[in-house]
Amino acid sequence: MYKLPGTDERSVTIPGEPTAADPCFTVRKLTRTYRTGRRRDRHVVTANDAIDLDVRRGEIFGLLGPNGAGKSTLVRQLTGLLRPDTGTIDLLGHDLVRRPETAARLVAYLGQESGALDELTVALAIETTARLRALDATRARAERDAVLDELELGAIADRPLKKLSGGQRRLACVATALVGARPVLVLDEPTTGMDPVARRAVWAAVDRRRAEQGATVLLVTHNVIEAETVLDRVAVLDEGRVIACDTPGGLKAMVGDEVRLDLVWRADPPMDDPAVSMLAQTAVRTGRRWSTRMEPGVARELLAGVTSGPAFEALDDFTLSTPSLEDVYLALGGRHQGLVKG
Amino acid sequence: MRVSTPVSAASIETAPARPAEAVAPAPTTSLGAGLLTVYRAQLSRVRVSRVPLLFVAVFQSVGIMILMRGVVDTGSDSAREAVVAGSSVLVVAFVALNLLAQHFGNLRAANALDYYLTLPVRPAAVVLGMAAAYASFTLPGTVATAVIGALMFQLPLANLWVLLLVVPLSGAALAGIGAVFGLLAPRPELATLLGQLGMSAALLLGVLPEDRMPELIVVARDLLPSSYGVDAFIASYGDPDWAAVGGNLAVCAAVGVVMLSLATWSFRRSTRS
Repeated sequence: MYKLPGTDERSVTIPGEPTAADPCFTVRKLTRTYRTGRRRDRHVVTANDAIDLDVRRGEIFGLLGPNGAGKSTLVRQLTGLLRPDTGTIDLLGHDLVRRPETAARLVAYLGQESGALDELTVALAIETTARLRALDATRARAERDAVLDELELGAIADRPLKKLSGGQRRLACVATALVGARPVLVLDEPTTGMDPVARRAVWAAVDRRRAEQGATVLLVTHNVIEAETVLDRVAVLDEGRVIACDTPGGLKAMVGDEVRLDLVWRADPPMDDPAVSMLAQTAVRTGRRWSTRMEPGVARELLAGVTSGPAFEALDDFTLSTPSLEDVYLALGGRHQGLVKG
Repeated sequence: MRVSTPVSAASIETAPARPAEAVAPAPTTSLGAGLLTVYRAQLSRVRVSRVPLLFVAVFQSVGIMILMRGVVDTGSDSAREAVVAGSSVLVVAFVALNLLAQHFGNLRAANALDYYLTLPVRPAAVVLGMAAAYASFTLPGTVATAVIGALMFQLPLANLWVLLLVVPLSGAALAGIGAVFGLLAPRPELATLLGQLGMSAALLLGVLPEDRMPELIVVARDLLPSSYGVDAFIASYGDPDWAAVGGNLAVCAAVGVVMLSLATWSFRRSTRS
């Protein structure tokens, strides 16, 4: 099912000029297993199973999947933190399997943990990171001030990270990833816990780096709305494999023109209602929410039946929506709940 | 430039053989700059964690000296010197060995070392910077303990400057051990336990005069690096034996070099396995 990205644009490129079609990450047959459990129930888990991936220069590429899909293991190999069991990783012309330490000189990585910086102030955390990216003292301070302004962190610059709210702390960590230009940004769920204003600031800053410096961005997310709005292309991961890779629009086209009907009940729905009994057969139930995918015409009919009959009394809320990446994930055979909307 | 992975057949037909330029990696941070940056960042933590880092160790050591005053023969020079020197070096063991082992153990367990490992900084710079910072944290506490101890046990204050050598050198040795514990222990609780045991050993073997100890305990004392810091400090009291001060400090320095090298190796090993 995995689709190699289109390579036809390459024919119109000018020799020697790095372009969007040039590869950033080229991953082939990447496999990584680890052992888990103790003694008797010790078993091997395949976190990444023969993954192929092509990320082009200058694109915002997403890895989407529920927890445990293998996203973080993949990212740890792409940032030189973990060696694969087998397979190859080429990053901007460098063999990362042979020389994992090169990644630190090409990639700015934002992990999920801020433990190393928690007791530093926001300003010092940013400046320290800049210095450790080999910037001299003057430049490190200048870049620190620039990124503090860019992400509007000035007001909390002198507060230690551990005294901030989750969203503010995350924003400060994003600032450390952005300081000291790098051709590649690898961001593992950068906007977790942030309010909409902070999210917008992050995406604007990321986009600026792409527009002005041609940076490539690899984004790990389990937030489908974010994936749809910010990504150029997305690879969907499930149980250690890439089950699809395309633009968000291209992926959604795979589901066809089916729509999703969500019903939330405030009381037990009347099962003798014909529309309700039909929906009951196919709906995926999560608490009081029923969710189904169907042809738009059928959905309209059923919705009319539910909202005009006695079932309407028991209904709390309903939505009819075009397919999201979550529907794509489920339609592709994804077996896990755990993608987040909004 | 090399393209290490094959492109699809379609692209070979349509695209001319035009390998993309390899992007030159950014420079790495020099050892000195990396070390200073890590050191400075760690020192700033004192602003946040001032109480545990500076005071707990002093309260503990002063408490032990008060306790020992009722136990040891305060008429004996060697007993008084051992108590004060042992309690002073205990501050170093508490912070540099015990707290650094905990700190590295926690960082490692939370994958927080990824932060350093994804920056172009040498593992040695991170380990040395942290060890130096933890050793520095102990200086005020060690000096305070030594001064209080000298006043309590009527010891001279004249050669207290020796602490300016004792703290960094025994600090290097003990911080090196703490870092190795923190980085090699498979679980953070084990790192904490090892750190506590190391500190307990420094306490039990450090504050008693050597001449009162059974043979076997003297051997254990000789195996413990903090004892050399204690002995260097003891040798500076009364009529100072500078050769003994130098010799003991040389042992601390040698242990420091070995343990910090081992810690750097452990830091590298803690990933990519």
